[in-house]
Amino acid sequence: MPHSKYLIIGSSHAALEAATAIRLEDMDGAITLLTRDSRLPYSPTVLPYIVSGRLRPEGVLLRDPAYFVQNDVGLQRDTEVVRVAPAQKTVATASGVTWTYDKLLLATGGTPIIPAVPGLNDAKPHLLHTMDDAIRLRDAIAQAKSAIILGAGLCGMHVTEAMAAAGIAVSVIVRSRPLREYFGPRASGMIQHAFERNGVRTLMGRTAAGVERHGDRYAVTLHDGETITADLLMVGTGVTPAMAYLAGSGVETSDGILVDDHMRTNVPDIWAAGDVAETRGFWGGHVVNGILPGAVEQGRIAGADMASDSAVKAFPGAIPLNTYHYFAHHAISVGMGGQLSADAGLEIDEQADDSRGVYRRIVMQEGKLAGISSIDDFVDPGIMWQLILRRIDLSPVKSEFLAHPQETGRRLMSRLWR
Amino acid sequence: MGIGFNTIEFHADRCDGCGDCMLACARAKSGTDDLVYSRINILPDPGRSAYELALCRQCADPKCVTECPAGALVKDEDDGVIDWDGEKCVDCLLCTVGCAYAGITYNASIGRVAKCDTCAGAPACVTVCPHEALEYRTAAKIFNEYGDKEDLFVRGLGGCQGCNSELLIRHTLRKVGPETVVAAPPGCIPGMGTVGYNGVTGCKVPIFHPLLTNTASMLAGIKRQYNRVGRDVLMLALAGDGGTADAGFAALSAAAGRNDPMLYICVDNEGYMNTGMQASGVTPYGSWTSTTPVGARLRGNQAEAKNLPLIMTMHNCSYVATASTGFMEDYYEKLDKAVQVAKTGMAYLHVYTPCPTGWRIPAENTTEVCQLQVRTNFVVLWEYTAATGLRITRPVEKPVPIEAYLHLIGKYKHLSAEQVTHIQASVDQHVAYLQQLARDAQEMNYA
Repeated sequence: MPHSKYLIIGSSHAALEAATAIRLEDMDGAITLLTRDSRLPYSPTVLPYIVSGRLRPEGVLLRDPAYFVQNDVGLQRDTEVVRVAPAQKTVATASGVTWTYDKLLLATGGTPIIPAVPGLNDAKPHLLHTMDDAIRLRDAIAQAKSAIILGAGLCGMHVTEAMAAAGIAVSVIVRSRPLREYFGPRASGMIQHAFERNGVRTLMGRTAAGVERHGDRYAVTLHDGETITADLLMVGTGVTPAMAYLAGSGVETSDGILVDDHMRTNVPDIWAAGDVAETRGFWGGHVVNGILPGAVEQGRIAGADMASDSAVKAFPGAIPLNTYHYFAHHAISVGMGGQLSADAGLEIDEQADDSRGVYRRIVMQEGKLAGISSIDDFVDPGIMWQLILRRIDLSPVKSEFLAHPQETGRRLMSRLWR
Repeated sequence: MGIGFNTIEFHADRCDGCGDCMLACARAKSGTDDLVYSRINILPDPGRSAYELALCRQCADPKCVTECPAGALVKDEDDGVIDWDGEKCVDCLLCTVGCAYAGITYNASIGRVAKCDTCAGAPACVTVCPHEALEYRTAAKIFNEYGDKEDLFVRGLGGCQGCNSELLIRHTLRKVGPETVVAAPPGCIPGMGTVGYNGVTGCKVPIFHPLLTNTASMLAGIKRQYNRVGRDVLMLALAGDGGTADAGFAALSAAAGRNDPMLYICVDNEGYMNTGMQASGVTPYGSWTSTTPVGARLRGNQAEAKNLPLIMTMHNCSYVATASTGFMEDYYEKLDKAVQVAKTGMAYLHVYTPCPTGWRIPAENTTEVCQLQVRTNFVVLWEYTAATGLRITRPVEKPVPIEAYLHLIGKYKHLSAEQVTHIQASVDQHVAYLQQLARDAQEMNYA
């Protein structure tokens, strides 16, 4: 029965960051990562660029192979975990091996959601969750002349752009509007128009009622009766925490695995981090905030806490944020995003210049920054994140900040660092 | 692989926002004058008439690297610079989420992120800065080179809090190495325990405690004995300014006249600080000491300090230089030369070392005082050989007024405006003299 002092299920950002944090404190304790994947760790974030052909699968490693040797971190590939037994401190894999651990980190990420549309599952649509998915999709694009994408999250939009660039006639079917959790309606509209200008058909506020597959052709019928057909169908409607293996383990879950500010679950010696974890939200409540910077931060905290690092910092609460680069445009959202209303104690300053295609929305709450989003108007997201996290009082510089958020933010942070 | 790395330091108090650094960066990185290409960003702070900086810090624990999903950012293990690989980068901008300094930012005109690469170790911004507001700090290489060498003094030397003599002697002996005999005449350096107590020594090489008067002659004799037995051993004096400039001068002058092989380091704290802060021959004008008190008539030292290192250039030394622990790279370069020279002739190093106790300065200000000594030209860093003449190794183009230095130090707090003016005038005169010597040397070398 193999044993690892630190056993980590997963091999993406949260898992790798935790391993690094453990090594900072514990030079010798065995660290083992168990991953379903047969490849060296990569980020799901780069998969759209594999699809577009911009990157090659072997060129996107998150860690150089030497990292695992230098840091004495074990990586068990092709190893799917099927059960966790906290009473025995064991983890069972699909291949029948049982691992024992002293400390366990659950960093299993998400699993794609396939909406309950009649016929969709049977049509075997393309997904984009693993490198194998990406390679399949890349090869399929080479054969296709038309495509349908269900969902307009970041993944779906990236693939749509790649297909449009490859000259494929793409239709995107979206229940509401693109990137709605990050951007307000006006900004979403600008993003949508960029896609339209590049030949993408965007079907907003529409939902699929049924899917049929006839050989190599897919037919999607919408609720309003229209049927569209294409050579390729992809589902990009998001992910949900991958935690089926926890059934019967006693680890408490809600939308994700519930953790405290040190990423501890309710079960002793078990931590969770990344897209699978449900943490405290910065403005209250509990959220699954499936973003890469969040996974890195949570992985760092979990690893430090597992190794009893006295310098471990408590999680400050999840803040949604993302960056998005599309058709030579860029969009940024940090903090409260999506559709917001001023009655919730928020001051909203929204400025758009349609002639230049520039947009910016700043959301303040009690004199502090609560959220900022922009299109083709760069503001440093790292600085904005810090301004929110540190609850910096912006009232003395409010007019400057609203007029020039980038310069004002840089100045404030520079002064803070010195 | 290094542990310490070079870094670009920003002195906000010296920046006047001229923007030359940004222009130089834009030119170096794009060949144009368009500041959008500058990777260094100086920001005016109108409310405080000050300037702030956005620039990559080349972090030790870089978040831009951990947030990159494509492996496009890597911290170079040799030079510590975070390298950006444009082939791997997918322009997702997640690195900019990780950076709280605006050190990696998006350049919309090319649609890609950009960050400082320190111009491969010769940053264009630093070179053009007319106010020394940007400084390329390379002291890390000293640590990388000498960090693993054995510290030849024992732990727990009893120097005063904030005293940099301990820093100086530990650095020096680590660099000089174990094939050394140390002479530490009466003063702070033996006083802090280097020569030991009660029959144990505070040093891992032979160390002895000559009289205040005979340090140089004892080392000269010991060196001859080692030469007789055929061993290459360095003679090192770690002496105070009293033991060098006053009581020990006859022996030093004679040894210098014979060019006896040794490395003589004078640790100048401007007086007899170990025995109760009496004035020495190098105590500056105006200083309070216990023998130059401040009262109704006397206003501190009425004599002018003699310039001992310049006097040493008039002897037959192979190498003479001044140094400061505020400028360790400069000190190490001189120490390198001095160690070589001391195999065959006399190397004299005069190191200016402020005394927190005797000068009445807060312990945490020692290094700042060291640096201001040089930036005001109160102390000039130079080196001299008979063959090449005098060279100023760290010229100060725009010296800070002397008040800034005097205000930091308690022993000058009684000074009248006339006395400050007097000190400024003698500093200016002294610098002008050294500059003339340096120009003469240049002409001599061209000829």
